Amino acid sequence: MIELRNVVKEYGGKRVVDDVSFTVGRGQFCVLVGSSGSGKSTTLKLVNRLVPLTSGAIRVGGEDIAQVPPEALRRRIGYAIQSIGLFPHWSVERNIATVPRLLKWPEARIAERVRDLMALVRLEEEHRRKYPHQLSGGQQQRVGLARALAADPEVLLMDEPLGALDPITRQALADELARIHAATGKTILFVTHDMDEALRLADIVAILHDGQLVQFGSPRDILEHPAGDFVRDLVGRSEAGLKLLALSPVSERLRRGEISAGEPVDPALSLRDALAQMILRRADRLPVADAEGGVAGSVLLADLVR
Amino acid sequence: MSGPRNPVLLGLTVAAAVAIAATGFVGEAPNRLVSGRPIALWDAVDGPTLACIAALGLALAAAAFLRQSRRLLGMTIVGAAGLLLLLLYGAGEAATSLAVGASPAARTSLGPAFWIASLCAALAIIDALQRLDARPLLRLMVALAAIGLIGVMAAHGLFDSLSIMREYAIRRASFAAEFGRHCALVFGALVPAVAIGVPLGLLAARRPRRRAGIFSALNLLQTIPSVAMFGLLIAPLSALAVSVPALGAIGVRGIGAAPAVVALVLYSLLPVVRNTETGIAAVDPAVIETAIGMGMTPRQIFWRIELPLGLPVFLAGLRIVMVQAIGLAVVAALVGAGGLGSFVFQGLGQYAIDLILLGALPTIFLALAADFAMRLLITLAARRRSP
Repeated sequence: MIELRNVVKEYGGKRVVDDVSFTVGRGQFCVLVGSSGSGKSTTLKLVNRLVPLTSGAIRVGGEDIAQVPPEALRRRIGYAIQSIGLFPHWSVERNIATVPRLLKWPEARIAERVRDLMALVRLEEEHRRKYPHQLSGGQQQRVGLARALAADPEVLLMDEPLGALDPITRQALADELARIHAATGKTILFVTHDMDEALRLADIVAILHDGQLVQFGSPRDILEHPAGDFVRDLVGRSEAGLKLLALSPVSERLRRGEISAGEPVDPALSLRDALAQMILRRADRLPVADAEGGVAGSVLLADLVR
Repeated sequence: MSGPRNPVLLGLTVAAAVAIAATGFVGEAPNRLVSGRPIALWDAVDGPTLACIAALGLALAAAAFLRQSRRLLGMTIVGAAGLLLLLLYGAGEAATSLAVGASPAARTSLGPAFWIASLCAALAIIDALQRLDARPLLRLMVALAAIGLIGVMAAHGLFDSLSIMREYAIRRASFAAEFGRHCALVFGALVPAVAIGVPLGLLAARRPRRRAGIFSALNLLQTIPSVAMFGLLIAPLSALAVSVPALGAIGVRGIGAAPAVVALVLYSLLPVVRNTETGIAAVDPAVIETAIGMGMTPRQIFWRIELPLGLPVFLAGLRIVMVQAIGLAVVAALVGAGGLGSFVFQGLGQYAIDLILLGALPTIFLALAADFAMRLLITLAARRRSP
C-alpha cells in the first residue's frame, strides 16, 4: 500500500533521509521508531508531499505520488500530528468535516459521517458543537483522529499523535487506536520515539538511525534478532526478554485441564503481566479463565521461558 | 465599614465637586472675542436644577461606599448619565436666562466646572460599565440612550443660546459640508491604505527577508511630523499634476484633498501592515501544517484559516488607523483639504475659542464613535477563540 524505493531527502547537502526502502502492506500498522534527528518525521512527511523528495520514489496504492497533484494526494491520506492543530475557530463538527467539505460531499452525508466518526473515536454527542479550547487534551486528539479518518482515506499518517498526552490518557488512546485499526483495517504509518509504544501497536516496525533504515521487521523479529548494538540499546538490553513476553497472550501457553489455586486470570492477559501476577502471588502457576467464566486450565512459570 | 468600596467613583465625585466649587460653570462675555466673566453653578442655574445636581452627586458619592453589586453598578450608570444630562440642561438653562435682555453680540460659553464635572460623570459611566464587564450590546445601548437624550435636548433649542451653538448656527450649512468632507477624507485614505497595506503585510509575513526592509521604510514615514508631511507633498503633487494632465483633471493638485489623502494613507500604512503581518504570523504553525496536510490549497488556507484567525489583530490595527486618521485629518485643513480642521484653524486665527471647539468637539466625537464601533467589531470577530 505504501512503497518507498531508495528514498533520499537532503537539506543543504546533508542527508536527512538516506536511501530508505520499505513496503507497508494493505491494512498493516507500521511504526517508524528512532531518536530525534533520525529522519522519521521527515520520512512520514515525504509520503504526503509536505516535504519534497530529493530522489527515489514513493507509491501509495500503487500510484507514484509525484504524478498526483499534492492537494488531491493529501485529501486521500489522513494526517494527525502531535500538536493536533485543530482549527480553533471551528467547532468539533466542522473540524472533523474538513476534508469531506474540501471534497464537496453533500451536507447530509457529511453530517452522517461526523456522527459515525464521533462514535468510532468515542466522543460524546454533546461535544459536537463545542470549540477545541473547551475540550481536554485527550478529547482534542480524538477529534484530530476523527478528522484524519473523515474522508475514509486509504492511508493514515500519524506523527507522534500521543506525544503530548499524560501517560494514562496516552495508554487509553493507544488502546483506542489499536481498536480503531482493527475495526477499520486502515494502512497506518505511525511515528514515535517510544519503543514500547511501537512494540505494542505495530504489525511491523521500521527503525531509523541517522536517516538510514537499520531494521525493518515484526516486533518479535526485532526483539529476538536485533540488528546491531543500536537496535539492542533501543529495545533495552536487559528488558528485551520481558518485552518479548509482553507480545503474547496467556492463551498461547495455556495447559488445558491443569488445575491451579487462586483467582483465574483473563486469557488475553499478556505473558509479561502473568509473570508479574506469579511474583505478586508467590506462585509458579496461575489458573486461566475460559469464555464462560469457568477455568480453562493453567499457565506455568516453566512455560514462560520456553 | 473601612474606606470606600469604589475609590474611583469617590475620586470622580470629589473632583467634580471641587471643580464646581472653585471654577465657573459658564462664562459670560460681551462679545465672542474677549474672555468671559465666570459664573458659578449656583448663580447660573435655577434652584430645582441645582438641587437635583447636588442630590445626584451626593448619591453617587454614597454609592462609592456600598458593596458594588450589579444592581448598584446599574444604578451608578443611570445616576451618572442623569448627572451628565442635568449638567447639559443646566448649561442650556443658564445660557437661555443670561441671553434675556443681553446684547446680540454677548456670548455665554461653557466653563471649566462644566467640562470637568461632565468628564467625571462620563468616566463614572465607563468605570461602572467596566466593573459590570458589560457586553458590547449593553454599552451600545447606554451610548445610544445618552446621545439620543442629548439630541432631544438640542432639538428643543435648549442649547441655542450657548456660544458654541451660536457659532454653529452661523455656519450651519458649511458645518454639514465640512463634516462630510472630513469623513470623506478619512475613508478616502482608509480604502487605499488597506488595499496597499494588506498585500504588504502578507508579503512581510510570507517573506521574512523582506520584512525588515518594509518595516524600516514604514517606521521612517511615521516619524515625519504631520505638518511637514502635508507640506512636503505639495511640490511633488504639483509637479505630477503638471506632467500628467489626466491626473490634474481628476483633481490631483499640490493643495486640496490630494496631499491630505496621500499623507493620511502614508501614516496609515504602518499600523495596517504591522497588524496584518502580526495577525497572520500569530496563527499556530501546527494549524497551518495540518491545513496543508488535509489538502487545502494556499488560497483556501488564507480564506478559511489565516484570515479569520488573524482578523481580530487586523481589526485592532484598523481601529488605530481610523482614530489616527480622524485626528490627523484636522491638520489637513492647512493644505486646503477642508474638513473640521478648517473651523479649528479659523478659530485659532480669530482667537475664537468656541469656533475651535466647533471643529474639535465633533472630531473627538467621531474618533470615539469609530473607536467604539471597531471595538465592537473586534469583540464579535474574536468570539469563541481559544484564550
